[in-house]
Amino acid sequence: MFFSETYRKITRDGLWDNNIVFSQNLALCPLLAVTGTATNGLGMGLATLVVMIASNGVISVTRQLIPNEVRIPVFVLLIASLVTIVDMVMNAWLHELYKVLGLFIPLIVTNCAILGRAESFASRNELKQSLWDGLMMGLGFTIALVALGAAREILAAGTLFANASLLLGSAFSFMEMTIIPNYKGFLLTALPPGGFIMLGFIIAGKRLIDAKRAAIAKAKTKVDVLPADVEPLVNTTA
Amino acid sequence: MMNRLKLNSNPHAKAESAVSDIMRQVIYALTPATLFGICVYGWSALFLFIITVAASVGCEAFCLRLARKPVKPSLQDMSAVLTGWLIAMTLPPHAPWWIGVVGAALAIIIGKHVYGGLGQNLFNPAMLARVGLLIAFPVEMTTWVASYPWFSPELPSFLESLKITFVGIDNIDVVSGATLLGHVKTELSQNHLLPQSIDGLFTIADLWLGATRGSLGEGCQPLLLLGAFWLLHKEIIRWHIPVSLLATVLILSSAFYSYDSTHYLSPLLHLGSGGLILTAFFIATDYVTSPNAVLGQIIFGIGCGILIFVIRTWGAYPEGAGFAVLLMNSVTPLIDHYIRPRIYGRDHKGKPLEVVD
Repeated sequence: MFFSETYRKITRDGLWDNNIVFSQNLALCPLLAVTGTATNGLGMGLATLVVMIASNGVISVTRQLIPNEVRIPVFVLLIASLVTIVDMVMNAWLHELYKVLGLFIPLIVTNCAILGRAESFASRNELKQSLWDGLMMGLGFTIALVALGAAREILAAGTLFANASLLLGSAFSFMEMTIIPNYKGFLLTALPPGGFIMLGFIIAGKRLIDAKRAAIAKAKTKVDVLPADVEPLVNTTA
Repeated sequence: MMNRLKLNSNPHAKAESAVSDIMRQVIYALTPATLFGICVYGWSALFLFIITVAASVGCEAFCLRLARKPVKPSLQDMSAVLTGWLIAMTLPPHAPWWIGVVGAALAIIIGKHVYGGLGQNLFNPAMLARVGLLIAFPVEMTTWVASYPWFSPELPSFLESLKITFVGIDNIDVVSGATLLGHVKTELSQNHLLPQSIDGLFTIADLWLGATRGSLGEGCQPLLLLGAFWLLHKEIIRWHIPVSLLATVLILSSAFYSYDSTHYLSPLLHLGSGGLILTAFFIATDYVTSPNAVLGQIIFGIGCGILIFVIRTWGAYPEGAGFAVLLMNSVTPLIDHYIRPRIYGRDHKGKPLEVVD
């Protein structure tokens, strides 16, 4: 079932084609605020992922009951309830991470990407697809946060996933790496302007890859079409 | 003379490539002060200078290739050389080599080509690089060494200078010290009063003749002024931005100095220290990032002057010229929106003039 065309499209959209950060350019505030390190990016991404799956599911189930005129406030209330649950759960079981992400967990409520998925996908599709969409969009968001966090952390401090064990449990200490030993640190990338600059370079990179892929796809279709066009010509001259 | 033939109809004036000519004139104007700086700070200043200019030309070529623009004609317009040159003028002369390279990359790639290349950038590339470096590498960017008289034996030798640029300075605490503005900031933060705390350490003559710690381009203000007059004479720059900028700093510092000379620097020290002259004549006058109309340029200059004085006096950093220019760069589009130059045949509001027969 999950390999049907619908689900494959949802997967591609969430992870790459319609990625929340790299294509839609949504949710930039939490993105820039918490991606100083890859660990913080991962924590924030996972929290958002959970909220997004839950909100997509709840909204998809209740979409027939919600009057169209008041749907946005109802969506916001539903999302707010879910975020409050995540907030309390993280405070109880992932207290170290909670202390770092702090203010940004409640602010998931105002994360336009979640409301955007609720409005554009979950309120129009059935439960299973909506859950899958939430998972894939959330994963795409997490990947973006980790990628940006990793790029900034490596350039700013020369480490990767520093303090991961402190935040996620000692089982994750294998993730802590020092990429560049005795690194002086390029402080700029840890600051907000550096975040914007790095994000810009990553988006430019994605567009470059997309352009290359489009060019390859175009070349392929041309090759497929050509023989059929050429053959009649050859025949008439012969 | 009376019978001189006047040909008015055709455009007989022949223009050289405008950009490269302007850039070359600015480089001529910067040369005396640069040579002086290299003489008083030694070989390492020369190494850093060469590295910065070469890196900025390299980055320019790289970006042009990436954007599939013609590389050779764009390199020949000298704008990358000038940008690298200006960055080198604002660096501490004994900074390590990678400071120059990172600065050039910041200026050319992020400051210029990300916006679309020459003439498209919002911020002055050289100042963007300097401020970026200052924020990212505060230690390297504020390690100032003393200057020495020309060819004196105290200057590091050729090999020592190579080591300074490519490895680092050995006895950093022995040779380094604060600039005037940095020293004043520290002293004031410890509640020391001004005239005593700078007495004998910094004199106005020292500052004006380059016998002080500072970046390469802070060396000799008279030579910078000489270059500035050359540019004014060649009509490369107009007087409005520099004069309004310097006048604003002069008026503000005079007012505060006469109110309380123990907590505010004298106007002469303000004018002679830091990158004020360099900024006023060579940085703030950049065509791309300053307003077009005369009134707009005066507003731009006054804004820069106020910001420089405010940052120097009350800000966290001792010198504010770079920040001031960048902040005013960001309001340049706004100034240009409200204050436009008069177009030929129209009044200041853009309405056609009445035709007088």
